[in-house]
Amino acid sequence: MTSKLLIYIDHHDGMITPASREALGAAHQLAKASGAQVEAIVLGMDTGLAAEEAARSGAARVFQANAPDLADFRAEVYAGVVASLTAGAEAVLLPDNGRTRELAAILAVDLEAGLIPDVIELEVREGAIVAKRAIYSGKVHTSIRGTGRKPVVLTLRSRAFPAFSGEGSPGKIEGIEVPPIQALSEVLSYQTSQEAVSLADAGIIVAGGRGLSNNPALEAPSDLTDPEAIEKWKAMEGFKQLQELAGVMGAAVGATRAVVDAGYVDYNHQIGQTGKVVSPDLYLAFGISGAIQHLAGIRSARTIIAVNKDAEAPIFKSARFGIVGDMHKVIPALMDAFKEMSAQ
Amino acid sequence: MKIVVCVKQTVDTAAEIAVEQGVISWGDTPLVLNPWDEFAVEEGLRLREAHGGSVTALTVGAESAQDALRSALAMGADNAVRISDSGLEFADSLVISTVLAAAIHKLDEVDLVLFGREAVDSNAGVLSAQVARRLGWPSLALTAAIPVLTPADKSIEVERMLDRGRQRVRSSLPAVISVVKEINEPRYASFMGIRKASRVEIPIWSLADLGVDSVQPGVAWLEMSAAPQSDVACEFIEAVDEAAAAQTLVARLREEKVI
Amino acid sequence: MDFRLSSEHEMIRKMVYDFAQKEVAPTITEWDQKQEMAPHVLEKMAEQGLLGICVPVKYGGQGMDYISLGLASEELEYVDTSLRVVLSVHTGLCCLTLLQWGTDEQKKEFLPKIASGELIGGGAFSEPGAGSDFASMQMTARRDGDDFILNGEKMWISLATKADVAIVTTRSLLDAEKPSQGLTCFLVDLHSKGVTTGDIHGKLGVRAGSTGWIAMQDVRVPAKNMIGTEGEGFKITMSAFDNGRYTVAAGATGLIRAALDASVKYAAERETFGRPIMEHQLVQAKIASMHLNHEIAQLLYLKAGWKKNMGMRNTLETSRAKQFATNASFNAASEAVQIHGGYGFSDEYPVERFLRNSKGAVIYEGSNEIQTLIQAGYALGKRRDKPLRCELPAYDEDAWLEE
Repeated sequence: MTSKLLIYIDHHDGMITPASREALGAAHQLAKASGAQVEAIVLGMDTGLAAEEAARSGAARVFQANAPDLADFRAEVYAGVVASLTAGAEAVLLPDNGRTRELAAILAVDLEAGLIPDVIELEVREGAIVAKRAIYSGKVHTSIRGTGRKPVVLTLRSRAFPAFSGEGSPGKIEGIEVPPIQALSEVLSYQTSQEAVSLADAGIIVAGGRGLSNNPALEAPSDLTDPEAIEKWKAMEGFKQLQELAGVMGAAVGATRAVVDAGYVDYNHQIGQTGKVVSPDLYLAFGISGAIQHLAGIRSARTIIAVNKDAEAPIFKSARFGIVGDMHKVIPALMDAFKEMSAQ
Repeated sequence: MKIVVCVKQTVDTAAEIAVEQGVISWGDTPLVLNPWDEFAVEEGLRLREAHGGSVTALTVGAESAQDALRSALAMGADNAVRISDSGLEFADSLVISTVLAAAIHKLDEVDLVLFGREAVDSNAGVLSAQVARRLGWPSLALTAAIPVLTPADKSIEVERMLDRGRQRVRSSLPAVISVVKEINEPRYASFMGIRKASRVEIPIWSLADLGVDSVQPGVAWLEMSAAPQSDVACEFIEAVDEAAAAQTLVARLREEKVI
Repeated sequence: MDFRLSSEHEMIRKMVYDFAQKEVAPTITEWDQKQEMAPHVLEKMAEQGLLGICVPVKYGGQGMDYISLGLASEELEYVDTSLRVVLSVHTGLCCLTLLQWGTDEQKKEFLPKIASGELIGGGAFSEPGAGSDFASMQMTARRDGDDFILNGEKMWISLATKADVAIVTTRSLLDAEKPSQGLTCFLVDLHSKGVTTGDIHGKLGVRAGSTGWIAMQDVRVPAKNMIGTEGEGFKITMSAFDNGRYTVAAGATGLIRAALDASVKYAAERETFGRPIMEHQLVQAKIASMHLNHEIAQLLYLKAGWKKNMGMRNTLETSRAKQFATNASFNAASEAVQIHGGYGFSDEYPVERFLRNSKGAVIYEGSNEIQTLIQAGYALGKRRDKPLRCELPAYDEDAWLEE
């Protein structure tokens, strides 16, 4: 293996993302096996803090670029900058998300390099990096290797790799000049969602399904007469309950496709084949039957807990612990139990 | 507007996938048009309805891939083209993007290229960005809405669904867009479309027809295996009421060091 | 001999499947419980072109063949019988009777609005006192100048309260030699003065469908609306049944498949004695039987459809297909309920609806007992098909697709 691994650092509000720390961790493991040097690149407008953090997190060199042209993330702009730093690199590693996957794709074309997105495992075989990824909606795992041209471009799935946790002297930060870039597109606005924790980064996720709207103890306000409106109101009350629990547990909130399609919850929360694939340590499924399409999104959850009033619900086959009962009673009880636990 | 929609023939997501000695099989469940591509075809049709022009469905694949094209025609696409060549046997996205870009170039004067978000078999979602880069056009992946489109000014504004929020972007045309399901509701095939789809002769373009000399994949596939199934036996928490059940659950989670 | 369906047929089948799954399946249980037809069904079916699927384009239809009608019937009934009933009466009984027996002027005047779904059509044959013994039917038609005056009541009429027009068989020649020779058919505008309709509730099945009665009190119908000649009504009604019955056969095939798919799904999930019940042989036997019967039912109706395409008389084939498929669907639905155990008895699962729906088809459109008699007639050589004055037109792709 040649001497360099280049890590793209994704950052937000001056902090590098947890997924970027994982990419550094993965690079560190590869580097231990091969003696390669880990280098990082941080692009944006105010990247000082992020660059420092990267330098403390196992990167021997950190390339830092601050420029107005780089203020908004635009894959076609960033790709050019990253490409200019890849000489001699064995691989470019990026934490995987919608934007960085696009960036990786464009970068691979610029470099005429092999691209392996959404990697879940890495190893070194006969001096070459071999990456494993999931295909057929998570049903099959395949191992892939570059064909010989270097570098290979890889994006790493969130929470699939341990974050860098080592010590050692901080790396050198080098500023790089970015020539003015002719961009083909212009970002007009970016509305971030309210969520405190994103599903991809979440260690704990609480999710609700059809059972959300089925709270027998709940009385809809008298001015609602349309059965559809009542159902929606009940579902949204159920969702609020879930958000409260999430707040207590420090969790992100997810939902099944049925609930999103019915308009009770925003698509951002959808987990499953047509939504997000998540890898939390703990996944609590409330009122979720466990349809295959949903299970496809939680295959890599470490521990699944299901609460459903139907003992026959398929979700229990994938769950480590199950409670057959009314989720609307279990949720407040769990909140109390967690609050008690934190108080101890 | 001249619109191209890139489509793929994939396995039905409901199919039972088995892996035996590195070979994937799905029984006799029929192949389908990649579900995400239906949204792309629908968007192409809507834009054609709004701005005039034509929609061409484009795919890379063997003869069975014709069905994906026929599905697009049955929905209302005007034309279809299939790219096929023995040299594409081990093609990766680097190769496919080269080939698609060449085909789009050959189709000439294309204003917009649409992709579905990803193929349900490869789950990569990288082709739209790669094709865009090869053509030198803007890439607008994960588009959830197209609020503004002015073909005369060669300008488009889209809303993209990114992980942390929605990004509104203005860009020039031509451009390459990949769509997510929020963007529309795909229509059914129509009788007229079905008639056309079953009658039309779909041209096949080889690498030579595209002026592509040779292709070098950037990656090679090694072994494949079925994803490990966790053999989890569910421990049902029995308790007198929900409060007790919650307490017991938390206690068990602590015992198992899950929390 | 090519047993494959053309790619066109496969696409049609998929389109109807997608349509029914998306437009009707999500709410069918509710409408079935309400005992009402979902309001958007007829409109959406018309919009999609389903109502005139096998009517030539120049008469307002889609110009597809009779096999397409069968495939569409199968996919519609896969979701619910009530959907297929629409096709049976609007397309099968009304449109195809006009196509077969209407004069060129009548086809030009009446068909386009019906085939396009602008007007909903039905077939009014059965009466409170006359089902299987159709020749004894009582509704009268008395000539009065350029019109006929109709009096009587029809019962068990699908879409009675939804249809705009209907083919109605009446008795107009009171002193005909045989009662069956005194019947005459008319296309009646159901909005005419003197027509009243009502829904029949409390049916065992097809509750999301519209079934009712039509009463006529001195209803004036222009003579130009007579279909066929006076006294030809019995033959016309019987040939209408060949078409309605065909859609019933194809539809019941879809019902077998629905019972099969529901059973396979449940049997894979439900566990008893430590394993999924699909591993128990008696359950396997039930499922294998449904699987086989679906294939047989499908082969039977496709052959009947092929004969229609070829312009060949198909009374025997249609009778066999209807009888076999409807009996098999009743059995399949019953076994599906059995496989679901206690849950099969509840409306939480669709199989109880399949069972209730399936019983209707064994009774209507020519009871299965009548079908046995028809088939025995052919088997014994007692029944021979004499050429009809007007045969159902063979499928002619070019002519039917002409504008």
